Amino acid sequence: MNRRLLACVVLVVIAGMLPLMNVYPIFVMKVMCYALFACAFNLLMGYTGLLSFGHAAFLGSAAYATGYALKTWGLPTELGILFGVAVAAGVGYVMGALAIRRSGIYFSMITLALAQMLYFFFLQAPFTGGEDGLQSIPRGTLLGIVDLSNDLSLYYVVLGIFVIGLAIIYRTVHSPFGQVLKAIRENEPRAISLGYDVDRFKLLAFVLSAALAGLAGSTKAVIFVSATLSDAVWQVSGLVILMTLIGGMGTLIGPIIGAFIIVLLENKVGEFGTSLARITGVEWFAGLGESVTIVTGLIFVVCVLAFRRGIVGELGAFIARRRGQSAA
Amino acid sequence: MKTRILAAIAATGLALGAPAQAQAPKISNDTIKIGFITDGSSVYADIDGPAGAEAIRMAIADAGGQINGKKIELLYADHQNKPDVASARAREWFDQQGVDMLIGGTNSAAALAMAKIATEKKKPYIVIGAGSSRLTNEDCSPYIVHYAYDTVALARGTGSAVVAQGGKSWYFLTADYAFGHSLEADTSTVVKANGGQVLGAIRAPLASSDFSSFLLQAQSSKAQVLGLANAGGDFINSVKAANEFGLTKTMKLAGLLVFINDIHTLGLQATQGLYLTDGWYWDQNADSRAWAAKFEQKVKRKPSSLQAADYSAASLFLNAVKATGTDDGDEVMKWFKSNKVNDMFAKGGTIRADGRMVYDMYLFQVKTPAESKAPWDYYKVAQTLPGDKVYTTPAESKCSLMKKS
Amino acid sequence: MTDIFGIPIQALLGQLLLGLVNGSFYAVLSLGLAVIFGLLNVINFAHGALYMVGAFAAWMGLTYFGINYWVMLVVAPMVVGLIGIVIEKTMLRWLYRLDHVYGLLLTFGLTLLLEGLFRSFFGVSGKSYPVPDLMRGATNLGFMVLPNYRAWVVVASLVVCLATWFVIERTKLGAYLRAGTENPRLVEAFGINVPLMVTLTYGFGVALAGFAGVLAAPILQVSPLMGTNLIITVFAVVVIGGMGSILGAILTGLGLGVVEGLTKVFYPEASSTVVFVLMVLVLLTRPAGLFGKTK
Repeated sequence: MNRRLLACVVLVVIAGMLPLMNVYPIFVMKVMCYALFACAFNLLMGYTGLLSFGHAAFLGSAAYATGYALKTWGLPTELGILFGVAVAAGVGYVMGALAIRRSGIYFSMITLALAQMLYFFFLQAPFTGGEDGLQSIPRGTLLGIVDLSNDLSLYYVVLGIFVIGLAIIYRTVHSPFGQVLKAIRENEPRAISLGYDVDRFKLLAFVLSAALAGLAGSTKAVIFVSATLSDAVWQVSGLVILMTLIGGMGTLIGPIIGAFIIVLLENKVGEFGTSLARITGVEWFAGLGESVTIVTGLIFVVCVLAFRRGIVGELGAFIARRRGQSAA
Repeated sequence: MKTRILAAIAATGLALGAPAQAQAPKISNDTIKIGFITDGSSVYADIDGPAGAEAIRMAIADAGGQINGKKIELLYADHQNKPDVASARAREWFDQQGVDMLIGGTNSAAALAMAKIATEKKKPYIVIGAGSSRLTNEDCSPYIVHYAYDTVALARGTGSAVVAQGGKSWYFLTADYAFGHSLEADTSTVVKANGGQVLGAIRAPLASSDFSSFLLQAQSSKAQVLGLANAGGDFINSVKAANEFGLTKTMKLAGLLVFINDIHTLGLQATQGLYLTDGWYWDQNADSRAWAAKFEQKVKRKPSSLQAADYSAASLFLNAVKATGTDDGDEVMKWFKSNKVNDMFAKGGTIRADGRMVYDMYLFQVKTPAESKAPWDYYKVAQTLPGDKVYTTPAESKCSLMKKS
Repeated sequence: MTDIFGIPIQALLGQLLLGLVNGSFYAVLSLGLAVIFGLLNVINFAHGALYMVGAFAAWMGLTYFGINYWVMLVVAPMVVGLIGIVIEKTMLRWLYRLDHVYGLLLTFGLTLLLEGLFRSFFGVSGKSYPVPDLMRGATNLGFMVLPNYRAWVVVASLVVCLATWFVIERTKLGAYLRAGTENPRLVEAFGINVPLMVTLTYGFGVALAGFAGVLAAPILQVSPLMGTNLIITVFAVVVIGGMGSILGAILTGLGLGVVEGLTKVFYPEASSTVVFVLMVLVLLTRPAGLFGKTK
């Protein structure tokens, strides 16, 4: 346990030094937001076994709520973020209550449909600005002291939020509540027969996952000073599933790695494509940048067929096998 | 002892360094980087898109590929009609890639988002293709140049012409975003000012594929004119459906933003007699014909007015850099506002204090199939609209940068 | 002019008819989904993408090979069906033993792949597909002018849906299929090649999607994105109808198209969300769906 804590502290310190090593802070902040988003999703999917296909709803509603609170009501930034989290939790409660009525594949379809309904609501509602989105959200200050319009200060604040979010997830997973969730994932009828009110646990997990996803959304809105429909579109729900799948469902750091890979992919596929075009002389590769979708789809298919445990899962299995071999 | 020698060395270094700094302002990062962000894959991809990037490359090539030994580079990105993709890319380019100026838009919401970033980073941003008149009014900034058209010019051109022809009652089919709203608002104002009336409007989501239900409602309004406050693929789909449902027999269609690519897709049969306002047509004079031929060789179709504007804007920027010897944002903007635009795109165009590029626009009418002698021979000039009449006058401007005389 | 709730009856009937046209698409697509889910227990997310492939097949047939609409109406579904068979044989069959979600995730990945590929080759703005000459023109029905092609869409969809229903519910082949859903082991013991049946069922299900695509090509722009938003609405339709019943899928599809059409008249802002609102209501009152059997 102490070794793990030390490893975490070292990682946080490294993360803190990244902007000083000339890594673009906006890129790292984007990774952290999506990593938190993926970890929140993983809480529901990896630990409770519920595939939600509508997590974009939480990202989007929190982003819009925070954006609106900061821009139109002029709330201080910390209150704006908390407001966004509260809205996402509320949306999560309603969505969860409806979706949990059915199980398995129906649950997923209902979450997808509800998230899509919310998307259309955002499209029409005047306060979101529709296609234009909420722009020029003031970043404000943290607790009146730290000026967040400075990218560097914002970076450390976002790092702090990220660490807090992860800590919450860690505590949840390693608690009696987390044990019950795992039991539900492994064998739901048995959990019911043991007397647990399974539906209530599922709903609680759903709301918690929604709230943390909302935290990611609110933070994202402050970083990019905008909240638009792209945050609430169903492709985002698919993307977060992919991040978790690649990284490793049911592992703590898997989603973080998955998020990093996907964000990197989105940013770099264009450059990769142009360099490939230059090397091979095949002009079509230059258009690859627009084809992040193709690469994403391909990775999805490959992962589902052959790589279901994800990077961290496979690594863990590999290490276990090595240990088993050396023991024998 | 050591410290005194060190101090002496430092002082000499400073002394030697200082004159170097007092030299003429330099080119940042030793390259001149133009960033171009537009819709490359969605509804407006054909009227600007990657072909617009081609036009800018032509401008770079015509300038010799370098100025005073510093290379000129173009970065291109597709914002997919998403304002957040556009602003994130713009921000990253300014922060990380040392981009010196930004061209583009083709989506008013994306343009407004990019304008904020460009203003924050103090870099010139030439808007081409986004029509919202807010860019030179409420949202104006010392770093924005609104090139090509805006919704006010289109409204004044097409709106007044159609009302003069007898189209007094209007119903709008509007694309539901910043541009569509802007176009509808500006045209409504012109229609009412000319004695017409607006019976209603219906907002369709951007990139809708089926307009049948909206058109049916438009028909039941019994208006004489259906104002299409949309563009690109939306315009094409609505005209197709209007023909299909027989709407064209009872209502006149007024395309408020139409490009030659749209006419090409729809064909002259469906669009003959349509009035439209635009700033450039490939066949308008010898210079434009020559440039269009060069463009056609590369891209295999005639250029739209936006692609011509891309070329013109890029050339203007490169001329500014050559003239001032620097790619500093403030210097370039100062040069822009004190020099005229004289090329195959516009003759005698001026850039005002509020960023509006004022030049003569034209009211075109689409030829009948019989009148057209060759592919892309689609327009005849119905009227020349002098720039100072068709754009927002300085007195009307809501921009704080315009000194009210 | 008689008015119902302040809307002229003309406009109402017109929107209702348009709603029926949309409903036909919903019916054919949810039928395909129901057939696939019934036998394979897989939610075919790729249904929308394959619908798009069907439309593109028709367009490519016309543009590159000069094959007309009527031939493509038969050929395109076969092409899409073949693609479906390949997908099932190479990818889906490995996932049957696993949790159902993996089937959904695989087909989701396939959707992104297909959409991305078509997008990079054909752009997003879409291609025009002309209405076949026989169907050109419109009939003045008095209350509205209905393009003949749209009437054909309704007729064609109904014919195909009823034919499918007949095969599944009233023929021996259909009986084998239904038995295979209940108890594949037993059916296999009777000597019926269940894996082949499964493969062909998937192929048929997506062929229905391809058929809908060809029908849609002259109406909507043939664009790589045409299937994606549609598929989520169809999911809601299927949840409302309940995935046990073939007839249920058809009726729900048609019904919801009409409801959507009516919403466009009375409350157009809600027209894209009305299907989801209904889904919520059904979930609260009849969780198994209107025609569903709790599995």
